[in-house]
Amino acid sequence: MVMDSDNVKLGPNGKPVRPFVMPTTLPGKLRVWRFIIYRRIVQVSTLLLFFGTAHWGWTIANEPVLMGNLSSSTLLGTIPLADPFAVLQILLTQHILTKEVLIGAVIVLLGYGLLGGRVWCSWVCPINMVTDFSAWLRRFLPITDLFHINRNIRYIIFALSLVVSAIMGVAAFEWISPISMFHREIIFGVGMGWMAILGIFLFDLFVLRHGWCGHLCPLGAFYSLVGKVAMIRVRFDTATCTHCGECARVCPEPQVLNLRKASAAGMIASSECTNCGRCITVCPEDTLNFDLRTRITLPEKDITKKHLESHQRRAA
Amino acid sequence: MAGDVSLATRLCTINTMASMSKSRREFLTKSAQGVALASTGGLVWSYLLQQQAQAMPDAIRPPGAHDEKDFYAKCIKCGQCVRDCPFDTLKLAPAGVAVPIGTPYFTARDVPCYMCEDIPCVKACPTGALDPALENIEESRMGLAVIDIENCLSWLGLRCEICHRECPVQNRAITIEHHPRKISKHAMFVPLVHSDACTGCGVCEKACPTQKAAIRVVQPELVQGKVGDHYRLGWKTDSPITQDFKTMDRPESSDIEPTGLDYLNQGEL
Repeated sequence: MVMDSDNVKLGPNGKPVRPFVMPTTLPGKLRVWRFIIYRRIVQVSTLLLFFGTAHWGWTIANEPVLMGNLSSSTLLGTIPLADPFAVLQILLTQHILTKEVLIGAVIVLLGYGLLGGRVWCSWVCPINMVTDFSAWLRRFLPITDLFHINRNIRYIIFALSLVVSAIMGVAAFEWISPISMFHREIIFGVGMGWMAILGIFLFDLFVLRHGWCGHLCPLGAFYSLVGKVAMIRVRFDTATCTHCGECARVCPEPQVLNLRKASAAGMIASSECTNCGRCITVCPEDTLNFDLRTRITLPEKDITKKHLESHQRRAA
Repeated sequence: MAGDVSLATRLCTINTMASMSKSRREFLTKSAQGVALASTGGLVWSYLLQQQAQAMPDAIRPPGAHDEKDFYAKCIKCGQCVRDCPFDTLKLAPAGVAVPIGTPYFTARDVPCYMCEDIPCVKACPTGALDPALENIEESRMGLAVIDIENCLSWLGLRCEICHRECPVQNRAITIEHHPRKISKHAMFVPLVHSDACTGCGVCEKACPTQKAAIRVVQPELVQGKVGDHYRLGWKTDSPITQDFKTMDRPESSDIEPTGLDYLNQGEL
């Protein structure tokens, strides 16, 4: 950080570093909370579609709206949808599946692959509401992490789930997944699954911040791998960034906000980003925004292009 | 170390070797720790799965769930069979019930399977865990009814036969036989279950009027024995194991003794 004569911190772009200030007006606050509100609406309405179809017989044109649960479902009685990670585990047990569930898995895989892999995590997964609640409580409680673990451990758990599935002959993660458990029990009646949810809540709250979603969950790891080429990304505008660090303070996966890398790519390129949009709303400089990968053009790339063109001209 | 390397190079090599071997040692240690952690995790994980899979081998499954192992592997726990069951027979095992989590099952005493002809549960299954080849519901084998003859009203001597009358595979899965009684001129009419026709739907278990059902549906493996190939029922010439008795002329060239003809006390005693 550079200081100018009036002792004001200056960012690398020479502009003064301003902190994020929560607006005092309700519309201002709602604007800051907008992505959280959108996410909750998407999460709850997804649950509601499943629940309404199951319990209140919701139909459109005489077809059940969304029958099943997040593991596998049928949209409007025709379009199959299936959890590609669950299907992958079942395939590894060397059992032949019907075409229907395979098509469903491919549809979901392509959907998240295009949208942004971990869009699943922050916009659909019901566990996100639990872990976000833990993270929110942490802001008011003086709790420090009990220990730290490498965030890459989720990839090891992901690999392990595939190996164990192949050896044991059952879908290893599906059989213990608190995500499926939670969702199932919301739709099909309550059992002891809430204990697993409570476990995750307490783990995130008292043991490790963002412990489950940010370190352990193999489904998140799976979608992180799927989302390598995802279209929706958070654009990063190098010119306006003052390195104030507000984004990293609210980010559940702060390692993705490597500003050097972001500056080089023009976006938060890491597929571990869940596209939750928290950073966008707290950025005082409007440096971060949702955008499509294809629309993000890099100044450097433009320069290379121009160089290339001038070379070609000279060669001609 | 090769002899033709100059001293300077050699010193240099030794230096880098030292640091190399240290980092290599660290790398190997870290790798070993990683592998050990992963394998421990994998073992615990496998143990949990094994425990779950063995939790309740007697759970009664929807029609078309043939082999329990195949069923466990293929079932994606989506509950679409449960939703499409018009009688609310099927339930999706929640955590804490002694049935592998999230798999569909039913308790016949609460709601039995009423054997829909179009088998909507099988049609709803997206993965094929419920075999789509099952087209005739009477060919499904969800379980097998067994009778506790100590508590069956008919076997006690009363006229009941409710199970026989309720059975949807009428007069084939459950038949009534009459037994003479010693002190009464009235015969006993007792139900018998036939495994070749019983689908395990559990309608009999639901209908049984005793306080605890005297006829129950269980997984056939738990109660069904197997005669084995080494017994021949000589009087049943039409059974597959006695086919060779039908043709009395044995081929002359064959010096192989037919199995089962050897005498226990043959030879030296």
